[in-house]
Amino acid sequence: MTRFLPAEDYLPSGRYELLPFRFERLDDERVLLSNMAGEALTVSSADLTTLVNGDLDRSGALFSRLRANHFLRQPEDRAALELLALKLRTRYARLRDFTSLHLFVVTLRCDHACRYCQVSRQSADRASFDMSRETADRAIDLLFRSPNQALKVEFQGGEPLLNFDLIRYVVLSITERNRQHKRDIQFVITTTLSLISDDTLAFCREHRIFLSASLDGPEDLHNANRPRPGADSHARFVAGLEKARDVLGPEAVSALMTTTAASLQRGPGIVDEYLRLGFHGIFLRHLSPYGFALKTQSYQGYDTARWLEFYEETLTYIIDLNRSGVRFTEQHAAIILRKMFSCHDPGYVDLMNPSGAGIAAIVFNYDGGVFASDESRMLMEMGDDTFRLGSVHEHGYDEIFSAPALLSALEDSFTLSAPMCADCACEPWCGADPVYHHARHGDPLGRKAESGFCQRMKGMTRIFVKAMEDPFVAALFRRWALSC
Amino acid sequence: MLTLNGKALAWGGSAERTLWKLTSNPALPVVLREKMAFLQRGNGPLPQGFGAYILPPEQQGIPPCAHWLHLPPDFAYLAEGDIISVNAGRIRTLWRQNSPHNAVLLTERCDNNCVMCSQPPKNIEDHWLVAEAMDLVRMIPPSAPVLGFTGGEPALLGQRLIDLLALTRARLPTTAVHLLSNGRGFADPAFSDAYAAIQHPDLMVGIPLYAADPAQHDYIVQARGAFDQTVRGILALKERGQRVEVRVVLHRQTIEGLPALAQFIARNLQFIDQVALMGLEVTGFARANLDQVWIDPADYRPTLENAVALLRDYQVPVRIYNHPLCLLGEMAAQYSVKSISDWKNEYVAECAACTRRQDCGGFFSSGARYRYSPSLRPFL
Ligand code: SF4
Ligand code: SF4
Ligand code: SF4
Repeated sequence: MTRFLPAEDYLPSGRYELLPFRFERLDDERVLLSNMAGEALTVSSADLTTLVNGDLDRSGALFSRLRANHFLRQPEDRAALELLALKLRTRYARLRDFTSLHLFVVTLRCDHACRYCQVSRQSADRASFDMSRETADRAIDLLFRSPNQALKVEFQGGEPLLNFDLIRYVVLSITERNRQHKRDIQFVITTTLSLISDDTLAFCREHRIFLSASLDGPEDLHNANRPRPGADSHARFVAGLEKARDVLGPEAVSALMTTTAASLQRGPGIVDEYLRLGFHGIFLRHLSPYGFALKTQSYQGYDTARWLEFYEETLTYIIDLNRSGVRFTEQHAAIILRKMFSCHDPGYVDLMNPSGAGIAAIVFNYDGGVFASDESRMLMEMGDDTFRLGSVHEHGYDEIFSAPALLSALEDSFTLSAPMCADCACEPWCGADPVYHHARHGDPLGRKAESGFCQRMKGMTRIFVKAMEDPFVAALFRRWALSC
Repeated sequence: MLTLNGKALAWGGSAERTLWKLTSNPALPVVLREKMAFLQRGNGPLPQGFGAYILPPEQQGIPPCAHWLHLPPDFAYLAEGDIISVNAGRIRTLWRQNSPHNAVLLTERCDNNCVMCSQPPKNIEDHWLVAEAMDLVRMIPPSAPVLGFTGGEPALLGQRLIDLLALTRARLPTTAVHLLSNGRGFADPAFSDAYAAIQHPDLMVGIPLYAADPAQHDYIVQARGAFDQTVRGILALKERGQRVEVRVVLHRQTIEGLPALAQFIARNLQFIDQVALMGLEVTGFARANLDQVWIDPADYRPTLENAVALLRDYQVPVRIYNHPLCLLGEMAAQYSVKSISDWKNEYVAECAACTRRQDCGGFFSSGARYRYSPSLRPFL
């Protein structure tokens, strides 16, 4: 009869090696660890000390967890390195595909005068603020230079439906040219839905165009945030939504909300409004410090700490909805959680490293100016042209994508070499935002200790880690993460 | 439980090992008879000219050829098209024409020595097994839908395994092939290159992984460094575009680590083709080490449920085999497959009234005999 050796005989001996990981103190007792692939564990402060001193007990559960999750290895563990490398490659796989998102700012004109809006104009002057066909043609040339097989074309404004003729022109000519290119192309119009018509919808249906709409919450809040003649923004949204769903189907319209100072008290009410209108999720978005928002100081209406409070309260409300059997997702969380739960980058431009600006996404402004991001063109409206990479009328593809303004911003903000970021446990889930930090701190790197962007990311991470102590939430977050 | 190996009650003819395909058709054209064995059903007259005669014990008279044997009653299941090996009166059933679960043993040697191995490894010279498998592959009809190869550890055969698989691809081009291996051999790039170069259109290798913690896996398979080699083997196979199933036997030594293992698979091996979670077969070492490996499935129901939910969320295809349906949670039950080889699959008295026997994975008959859950709850 064969003799079997006991489990102890298979425990490793000799020194273990630490694999690259970073940590963040959650409180006096506990520390969050993350490895290179973004896998996270919570351990006690004392255990962290034992771990780095090389004194961990080989027969303990913690040693086994850390070894299985690639925080440490025995010198003979070759698979650990292969797997870690594979996961890291997966995390950055998107870089190879280069630009996917192409924004066309088809007009600056708008029927709304939203308080936080950065760029819109109340003007009937088509010539000055609409994109022309010539400009669009040049932008389309650049679009097809992107090596990415999957392209997303998003029409922005102002209110893009005010220049629907151009949208029609762009969609038709891209579709025509794509007969040869055979890319996978998705069209999206970002609109308030106030001007949606049967014709528009018929065209959207024919070309499978999605609508990304804005809904800030219940009627009074929404209308206060989004003034328009007649003070009927909300009513028009609801009517437009139903009409669009009749033609395009239940999932063709998504909605985005922006948190203003007036929203802060009303998280659950905002969620209820989304629920009532048949949405299955919400993206809880903070105000960005650009454009009029910055200029009019309405951005000062709240700071990051206050937004985080609002966020946690609203997220808790959403979790409780799920607990009661209603499936509803917080999409901002889902994006960050996706990076915590997997190595597949969700492709969210604001949280990428290297920065998604100018690489993952590019903006063609109404006048042909090319910008690294939507925020970059908003800065431009305030007179700061740092992230204007060129013009479709004057510059070729190579010039635009190797513009010094872009390259130095990408390099300078690269998180793996940025002070604080390089040592931060949240780095795998975070990203570089050179445009924000330039706007706030005057350089693409910024000072992370004072950065609202950084504070928000760390704050959200803490909220998630804390919430996931509840197994129900851990399972819920996993589902969000993996289906986003 | 079917008897696959046995001794003839009486036999005559050459003592050399020969593979015979059986037929009971007395009208077979004479030119085809020489290579076939005639399987006599009743006690009628024997047709002339067959290569061998497989006879019931009560058969009277002298067979019309030197090669013959009297079949013991437990081989009564043999039927038209089955293939047996006969060697000095020893009978081994190699192929059952009407079974979807034909598995061919390629070697009894193994570089693991798992605490619950159902086929305890023997360190013996058994290269004749793979030679026999080659002959068998040449006899199996090309219309066969599936064929399994098992061990021991087939990868220890090295080039011989590659040759066998290449032959199988050529002879049985549309047959799905399932190979069981502990995966360690594939960590050698030269070997996985050779394996991939066969370019078999429908070949999957099932590789057991028992824990996310290398020490625990190594303990279960009783081999230091096995985890590392197995994982690198899986990576090498996937890198080369080969299909891989990860197999986890559920028992006392794997259950505690199952959630961590599911997580490990989801995060590191998400690209594998399938995870198979399997009930324990209470035979071989599992029987010898029963106290160490036995756990009542009723006790791990929530653990299994969580592991399945995790794999589902990560979109890793998962299946549960050989597991009593009534001991699975609601979600795990959706992934249960009725799959045990027909001759292993049995039910116990509790199951008599159960309305879902048709869908139930049941247990291995060894389980029915030696140990099964006291918590069975028939669906009524
Ligand atoms: S910005 Fe802040 S949270 Fe993000 S990686 Fe840098 S230090 Fe960490
Ligand atoms: S790998 Fe398979 S054949 Fe080898 S000892 Fe383990 S169970 Fe038995
Ligand atoms: S009682 Fe029914 S479900 Fe349970 S093992 Fe028997 S046949 Fe399967």
